[in-house]
Amino acid sequence: MSRTGIVAIALTGCALLAACGEKPQTNAEGVKFDAVPWSGTGEQANTGTVFTAPGWKVGDKTAWEQQIKTRMLGQNEYNKEN
Amino acid sequence: MARMKFVCDAERCIECNGCVTACKNENEVPWGVNRRRVVTLNDGVPGEKSISVACMHCSDAPCMAVCPVQCFYRTDEGVVLHDKDVCIGCGYCSYACPFGAPQFPTQGTFGARGKMDKCTFCAGGPEANGSEAEFEKYGRNRLAEGKLPACAEMCSTKALLAGDGDVVADIFRTRVLHRGKGAEVWGWGTAYGSQQAGTPTNGVKQ
Repeated sequence: MSRTGIVAIALTGCALLAACGEKPQTNAEGVKFDAVPWSGTGEQANTGTVFTAPGWKVGDKTAWEQQIKTRMLGQNEYNKEN
Repeated sequence: MARMKFVCDAERCIECNGCVTACKNENEVPWGVNRRRVVTLNDGVPGEKSISVACMHCSDAPCMAVCPVQCFYRTDEGVVLHDKDVCIGCGYCSYACPFGAPQFPTQGTFGARGKMDKCTFCAGGPEANGSEAEFEKYGRNRLAEGKLPACAEMCSTKALLAGDGDVVADIFRTRVLHRGKGAEVWGWGTAYGSQQAGTPTNGVKQ
């Protein structure tokens, strides 16, 4: 076999074997983690929008927890007067 | 900190699909994807029971365990969310989930069905809170607005309860004591295990 043929076979083999390689599957960007819910939904940090429920101070963790707890307890109609 | 959970009271659910509609509308979920749906057992038979089903935000989420690209994460409030920029749409999570929560926008073979979509507990996703990108990918972030998920807040009979595990369990317990029946909470054990209210295991296998 000629030298050119051997080189061609070697190159073809390398090209075929390259498909068997494993590309790294690392997450280049990484999973983005969420901002805390009491930081609000406004464009600026710790601000709300017109959709923000009234009655709590955006940015205050304790206020948010109290707000959510109030709404949670509001699901219990046994606490309501009939 | 609260560990957010859902409870569906089968004694109260009247199969009105208000929760499904509220979810669809609030999050503008695309056609063909149902983050929440109502399942009726023994439909048409006297004594039929209906339950509203969506992602239960499991304490030890199987979707999170099987995801090959680790696109899932859990917030401090116990809400299981995922990053659509990382999801490859393989569908493993849909096979692992006991509630059929993961949904895909298109049908197709492995990797050809688009990014997974599921209930976010109305907590948006990893994009900036309230941003357009967050709404487009994940829907509304009601938690950051100081509200509970739309499905539970819209439920007319309050069959569907959402909130901290301890609080919703107390509400449910009060009901059972008053009516004297219907103590079974569908899916609670599957989602949250025998541990009460998703108490962290601190790495110890149960």
